[in-house]
Amino acid sequence: MRTLPHLATQLSGGDAERMVPRTGVTANLTMFAAGAMAFLCVFALALLFSTNRVAERWASELANTATVRISAPDGQEAAQVAAVLAILEQTPGIASARAMSDDEQALLLAPWLGPDLPLADLPVPRLVEITEAGRGFDAEGLRLRLRAEAPGAVLDDHTRWRAPLIEAADRLRSLGWLAIGLITASMAAMVTLAATAALAANGQVIEVLRLAGARDAFVVRAFTRRFTLRAFSGAMVGAVFAMAAVGVMPNPGAAASFFSGLGFRGGEWFAPLFVPFAAAVVAFLSTRFAATRRLRSIR
Amino acid sequence: MIELSNVSYSYGDRRLFSEISLALPAGSFHFLTGPSGSGKTTLLKLLYLELRPQAGQIAVFGQDAAGLDRDQVALTRQRIGIVHQDCRFLDHLSLVENIALPLTVAGRNVAAERNNMNELLAWVGLGAQAGSTPPQLSGGERQRAALARAVILSPDLVLADEPTGNVDWEMSTRLLTLLIELNRMGKTVLIATHDLHLIRQAKAQVSARVLRIRDGGLQLAGSDL
Repeated sequence: MRTLPHLATQLSGGDAERMVPRTGVTANLTMFAAGAMAFLCVFALALLFSTNRVAERWASELANTATVRISAPDGQEAAQVAAVLAILEQTPGIASARAMSDDEQALLLAPWLGPDLPLADLPVPRLVEITEAGRGFDAEGLRLRLRAEAPGAVLDDHTRWRAPLIEAADRLRSLGWLAIGLITASMAAMVTLAATAALAANGQVIEVLRLAGARDAFVVRAFTRRFTLRAFSGAMVGAVFAMAAVGVMPNPGAAASFFSGLGFRGGEWFAPLFVPFAAAVVAFLSTRFAATRRLRSIR
Repeated sequence: MIELSNVSYSYGDRRLFSEISLALPAGSFHFLTGPSGSGKTTLLKLLYLELRPQAGQIAVFGQDAAGLDRDQVALTRQRIGIVHQDCRFLDHLSLVENIALPLTVAGRNVAAERNNMNELLAWVGLGAQAGSTPPQLSGGERQRAALARAVILSPDLVLADEPTGNVDWEMSTRLLTLLIELNRMGKTVLIATHDLHLIRQAKAQVSARVLRIRDGGLQLAGSDL
């Protein structure tokens, strides 16, 4: 909680920053590391958002629906369909149920068996589409009733299909967060390394400042301000490049595979703009850590 | 103002001081002398809280130095001006910025102190070199600049470590005159030096006590100087 006000105080110290000579190597290293990490971070964010969208699509397309498949001997199909519909009408948690027509079933099978399917000549089961209401229905109870009253009817509540898809989406989401975490840790390590190198190179400066009566906060501010601003500007460049790269990725539309659908939609475009600020906070904390550790070695 | 009680300090097996005691009353003028390596600089570092004594106690402005936290050490240093033997400037800053360093680190508005800065530069005779960087200055100019930096916060105590070590006789006299002027303004002055000529020159102008480090102890030097 104290970090943000502290960050503001530390960043306001222009006088302190001037005490540290500008060194090209550490400046470039910090900016490059922050830029590269921000670039990767924006891609990880795009992955995260895309995963969320896919997970939501999979969940919403398959959720709240179920199917009853009726495989009845010749002449009994109509009776079993009627029996099933009657059962479904009386079952709590079902908003609607309807038997699919031959044309609809042919349309479903067309991708696998072709458009000229002679459905009447094939023992294709009749499908009854169920739309759930509220919290849904008791699948086990319904199965028992169907087994008793329509022996050819089998309830498929899509759980079997949805579970691995949702699990895969969750895994991808976790991978996205893991990538962001690793990138943040890598950036912290790089900035800490650069700050430690700068602090080592400026050991005499730190000593002179302390001997001139500087408090630790002043010395820390001298370094944190510079490294925070460097990390912020490097990350801003990296984030802008990454956003441009994500923006020009082809969007093949709704039929696209998951990976070609990588990108941001609408308000999601604001999320990468937080990356440079996050990089600044990471740089601030890691430089502060390095500077405090260095100061411990002198009185 | 500053008191050392039974202070001991060693570098490894080499014992520099053993249970030395010293009091620097306000407004006094002291010289600290002794052969090279006798511990003059170490004693100054102890007084400036750069080092901690391995035994004994140091009281600075009425406070036990051992009980000071890092911020209190910094604030105490703002009340002590020090002229290091090697001056310790920040070479990337101009002379004015270096002299103003204690003001900057104390959070004072340097721009508002411009008149004082100009007076101080004139006092040490460096008005024309204000924009120079330390590497552009001669040894004597660096020592005078270090003295200006030491006194910019108007400290109660001024410590000088071999301030005339790298300068010619004329510059030594000039620096000594500045330090005597500071003492006449009420500042306590302690100069570590092995320049006996400087000590004799000062004693002719100011009431100065001369302390000598010998055999790990601190003695008051007498008429042999």
